[in-house]
Amino acid sequence: MTYLPLLGILLVVAGFALRFNPLLVVFVAAIATGVLGGLSPLDVLGTLGKAFNDNRYVSVVWIVLPVIGLLERYGLQERARTLIGRMHGATTGRLLLAYLVARQALSAVGLTSVAGPAQTVRPLVAPMAEAAAERQHGELEHETREKVRAMSAATDNVGLFFGEDIFVAVGSILLIQGVMQSDGVMLTPLQLSLWAIPPAICAFVIHGFRLLRFDRRLGKRVS
Amino acid sequence: MITLGWLYGLAGAMFAAFAITSARDNSNAKRWGNAAFWGLLAISFWFGDLLGDRGNGVLVLALVVIAGTGRLGRGSVESSTPESREAASERFGNRLFLPALMIPITAFIGTLLFTYTPLADSGLLERHWVTLLLLGLGVLLALALSMAWLKPPASAPIQEGRRLMDSIGWASVLPQMLAALGAVFAAAGVGTAIGSIAGQIIPSGSIFLAVLVYALGMVLFTIIMGNAFAAFPVMAAAIGIPILIHGDGGDAAVIGAVGMLSGFCGTLLTPMAANFNIVPAALLELDDQYGVIRAQVMTALPLLVCNILILYWFGFS
Repeated sequence: MTYLPLLGILLVVAGFALRFNPLLVVFVAAIATGVLGGLSPLDVLGTLGKAFNDNRYVSVVWIVLPVIGLLERYGLQERARTLIGRMHGATTGRLLLAYLVARQALSAVGLTSVAGPAQTVRPLVAPMAEAAAERQHGELEHETREKVRAMSAATDNVGLFFGEDIFVAVGSILLIQGVMQSDGVMLTPLQLSLWAIPPAICAFVIHGFRLLRFDRRLGKRVS
Repeated sequence: MITLGWLYGLAGAMFAAFAITSARDNSNAKRWGNAAFWGLLAISFWFGDLLGDRGNGVLVLALVVIAGTGRLGRGSVESSTPESREAASERFGNRLFLPALMIPITAFIGTLLFTYTPLADSGLLERHWVTLLLLGLGVLLALALSMAWLKPPASAPIQEGRRLMDSIGWASVLPQMLAALGAVFAAAGVGTAIGSIAGQIIPSGSIFLAVLVYALGMVLFTIIMGNAFAAFPVMAAAIGIPILIHGDGGDAAVIGAVGMLSGFCGTLLTPMAANFNIVPAALLELDDQYGVIRAQVMTALPLLVCNILILYWFGFS
């Protein structure tokens, strides 16, 4: 057992903390870790290249950008703002709470990639959340606007992470089942997905509470 | 059968168009850097399977050099003004939502059709990638509808798509890079090293402390790897299965499911989970690249406490 490759982790942490370009940090850390783990630099390059190629599906989602960009040119974000601006009772917190419910519910039935930062947050959710804040509190300071946008993206993540495992055929459930099975512990996907429900409820309560409190904090910040 | 390869073909075409238009964008002082970066991605999507492992490694190295030496920039010409967008928004009204919603709705209804009706056995779509393929179909439908209805110049989708792509910049391939780093970590034995450390610090005799080390180990390892999937097999093999399940008689379903979800709390906290935490910050044009993580901390920590309690109470009742 060698602990040397763990130095690669330190490189990653230091590189991110010092805010070097993350692609550079990851590449250097990969080469260092691989070499410390006894691989030749060329083998590390090959491993890195193969995994990069195998994971192209992660980046394929960018094909939505031309449509979203085109609609933005014709005022999609402005429209999202107008719609929310006219809605009485719409607040940033309540709007994001509704999105949290929808995102968790969709993920729980296996529809994880129908929403996301590029598909829904940038074109719809974030502008609507900003408009709701503006409707209540008037023009937003730059810093407040950033906080509203960040909370929109955060809500998307929480809804996804703590909804998807309720679906029986999701990758992580199958992974748990596989790992357990290889050690002789037999489980069905249904048992696992049932136990994903209590954490999902906790996530909803905790994040939902924060969203409603977010409204009050916005009010204080502005006044 | 329509496979993921078709989608890669489409993505490659888009990146090739971004590369060509980048090269011709005089308003961007770093246009050749952008052209090369997007061009390499087009090559990756089109010919990645033909390049071989080391060939792909060299492609990755080239992307890293372009991004790491600061050769990516943005054009300065705005394609629309706030006034023109406001006017268009008034003119086209709420129907503007239609193409935007068409993408998720096509994916939603399509996935249901291809899962629960005889279409599932039609062999029309590669089964593993149904939702992603339908998302691609939704994009094409929405694009066709928008072009027919809004009648923009033919180059508009590419110019507008490139505008967004340039604002994301190098962050667009960071998730893929981190997945590749995970593969190198695995090959170099990082997982087994961490598992053996975690296995050594387990105090004997206290179920609660063992649960604590298991859950915190999931979180820490997920923060390092950016992915709970990489952490789970290691922590399950080091602590979850031998100590919590076999040793202390814990419920395997709870240990498995809630252990994984403890790792997800770590995903909310780490820049290594770039597609969830760094890319959205770039996409929303936040000044603070860690802004999304900051917004998640106070959800992740209480939720982790809940998960630990669920593990302890329900795993050992």
